[in-house]
Amino acid sequence: MSHPSVVTIDSRSAPRTLFYGDQLMDVDLPTGSRVVYPKPPLTPVKDVDAAIRYAIHHPYNSEPLYALLKPGMKVTIAIDDISLPLPPMRRPDVRERVCTIVLDLLADHGVDDVELIIATAFHRRMKEFEVRHMLGDKIVDRYWPKKLYNHDAEAPDGLVHIGDTSEGEVCEINRRAAESDLIIYLNVNYVPMDGGHKSVSTGLCGYKSLMAHHNPRVMRDCHSYMDPEKSALNTSVVRMGRVINAKKRVFTIETTINNRMFDRPLEFLAKNEDDLSGPERAALRALKVTLDKTPQPLRQAIFQRVPSPYGVTGVFAGETEAVHVHTLKKSYDQYLVPVVGQADILISGVPYISPYNVNAFLNPLLVQVMANGYLFNLYKGIPMVKKGGTMIVLHPCTDKFDNEQHAPYIEFVHRLLPETRDAMELHKRFEKKFASNPAYVKMYRSGHAYHPAHAFFMWYWGEAGRQHLGRMIVVGADNEYIPKLMGWETARTMDEALRMARTTAPPKPEILALHVAPTMMTEMFAEKPAKGLPGASEPPPSLG
Amino acid sequence: MPASYFDVDGTLVSTNLVHPTLYYMMRQETPLHSLGKLGKALFRAPLLAYAELQDRRMFNEMLFMSYEGTSEDRLITLAEDAFKTVIKPNLFPGAKDLIQSCVDRGHQVVIVSGALDFLMQLLAEHLGAHDVIANKLEIKHREATGKLMRPVVAGPEKAALIRDHAKKNGHSLEDCFAYSDSYSDVPMLSIVGHPAAVNPDRRLRQLASTYHWPIIKLGDAA
Repeated sequence: MSHPSVVTIDSRSAPRTLFYGDQLMDVDLPTGSRVVYPKPPLTPVKDVDAAIRYAIHHPYNSEPLYALLKPGMKVTIAIDDISLPLPPMRRPDVRERVCTIVLDLLADHGVDDVELIIATAFHRRMKEFEVRHMLGDKIVDRYWPKKLYNHDAEAPDGLVHIGDTSEGEVCEINRRAAESDLIIYLNVNYVPMDGGHKSVSTGLCGYKSLMAHHNPRVMRDCHSYMDPEKSALNTSVVRMGRVINAKKRVFTIETTINNRMFDRPLEFLAKNEDDLSGPERAALRALKVTLDKTPQPLRQAIFQRVPSPYGVTGVFAGETEAVHVHTLKKSYDQYLVPVVGQADILISGVPYISPYNVNAFLNPLLVQVMANGYLFNLYKGIPMVKKGGTMIVLHPCTDKFDNEQHAPYIEFVHRLLPETRDAMELHKRFEKKFASNPAYVKMYRSGHAYHPAHAFFMWYWGEAGRQHLGRMIVVGADNEYIPKLMGWETARTMDEALRMARTTAPPKPEILALHVAPTMMTEMFAEKPAKGLPGASEPPPSLG
Repeated sequence: MPASYFDVDGTLVSTNLVHPTLYYMMRQETPLHSLGKLGKALFRAPLLAYAELQDRRMFNEMLFMSYEGTSEDRLITLAEDAFKTVIKPNLFPGAKDLIQSCVDRGHQVVIVSGALDFLMQLLAEHLGAHDVIANKLEIKHREATGKLMRPVVAGPEKAALIRDHAKKNGHSLEDCFAYSDSYSDVPMLSIVGHPAAVNPDRRLRQLASTYHWPIIKLGDAA
């Protein structure tokens, strides 16, 4: 028997309603198709502040935080940026709660040389109102912008070389953090690829360090990003993190959240369409019609300005690796849905948001990241789709970019992709020069643009998916040339896409559909494990 | 090696051609001379305003007529003070960083301005730029005639001068960068492979958005 979150379509099944950018699309899936739904949200901890205090006083493989503090010492608190969670969390964000408690503790122990750095790496700088949302008025009023600021990976003399790994990876981190007696890293773990050593070694680093793993060679060797043990990216990051932690005192605080992305009035979006009550079905119809009739900018505003009621499910603190084991376990507990048997055709809607377009439009390069990168990689074990199989995604692929945040992406998509889609060639021929365009670097450093190299990283992010998949078909694209630039075929309807996919699939293809959002991932088995599948609320066997 | 071509007024500094010109007018041999210069300038003001609307080159030529009769020695002697008083304090935060960023990437950095060469030379030295393309006053009998040497650096002529400079220095224009704030500099921005709008005026901002050129705000401190 399959997991309750895996629904098999039969002749009486209702159409599935999947995200199509910031709209919804009803699709009829063939009988026998399996649809994977997110697990129900885990029950949040009752008293978050108590959980935070307990975690920092009872850390894993480390002395309690208070025991590491001495009057007059220099402390840097590094914090995950707004790319997580998606959409942003309803206030108070868990980072504000942790930060408030940690800052009080530091003050109680006479530590007043404290700076807070938002660990943006090559992401765009957060704006004040976003930092305010994340850390609250009290902290922002006291520290912003002199003692609470965004990391600058291009600041002259702003990085310190900590050492190199056995593989020659260069470990550089933010100067203030490197010169501190203690680095406290404050993480929000949204998906299993976040956190752990990635926090300091990536969030606070510069180009030399990022190049070690954000390249097509490493990205091709990730199976998947969400399965750290099988991710070359994670292997590289761990090597680098160990070099840093050997020389710098790092106290890691990680938090996990459940997948309550939608508040109660919209909770039906995560439910099996066959199980919707009458009012829920009517609400779904009404929402779909409303979205269809609403202009795009308004749809974007509605979706992006409504924060999510995520609940905190765990707080873990201490030594980075010891902490991360517990974080991963909790994260998998929320997201992993066991599925037996790879598909020939994988179907997924592409929602309106990614980690890289908070308060901006999901442009074509990010649609690619979502499809070939994140959605394809939402698995642990073996890929959801067989090698050479087809992935069908739903998105309008509108040729629209945010001129401020994604300025370098525009040139990447319209000038470089027409030259080649080959990630290796892009990496070798164009990346270095493009990434050093002073105008783009200036926009990154003093504006709110992603670093020019980030456009390349976004393309590499889809590399594992591109290498594995035989075909990509997009349903409902409003133009032909963007999908063509991506190397994708187009279909007007899901029926047409399935007909196209069947031409290269076995006679009775296995079809698997992902019902995102909210976020979930699959634990894929080639065949049913001898011990049976993990239950709905059990952690996966590999972590048990 | 690519080159980076920078417009100055409005791009790197908040002043324009009028400010240093006024500085020189106010510092004539005697207050009476200064008053005379200012009077003439006021008389020409409506014409200058008209010229600014019609043609940047015409505006430059009319403006620099104010220098007529100023001795070469005086121009040079006052240049350093004019730079320190008028130009340097009005450099945009981040201007020096942007130039340094180009230098660090191995670009030949060239100042391209309708302002006068002796002032732009000082600016180039201050910012670490390598070369200057700027207007030169015609000097006869050690006095400025109030006319500009040809070619006058303004509008479309900047593009031609950049093309010549790139050819002479072995740069491929496709690899070069250009930065300006003004719609009047669209020709110079259009001939390079990597144009960028800096603190753009309304029309340039629209154009930059249409063509997806990077838009930089140098007024924002990092």
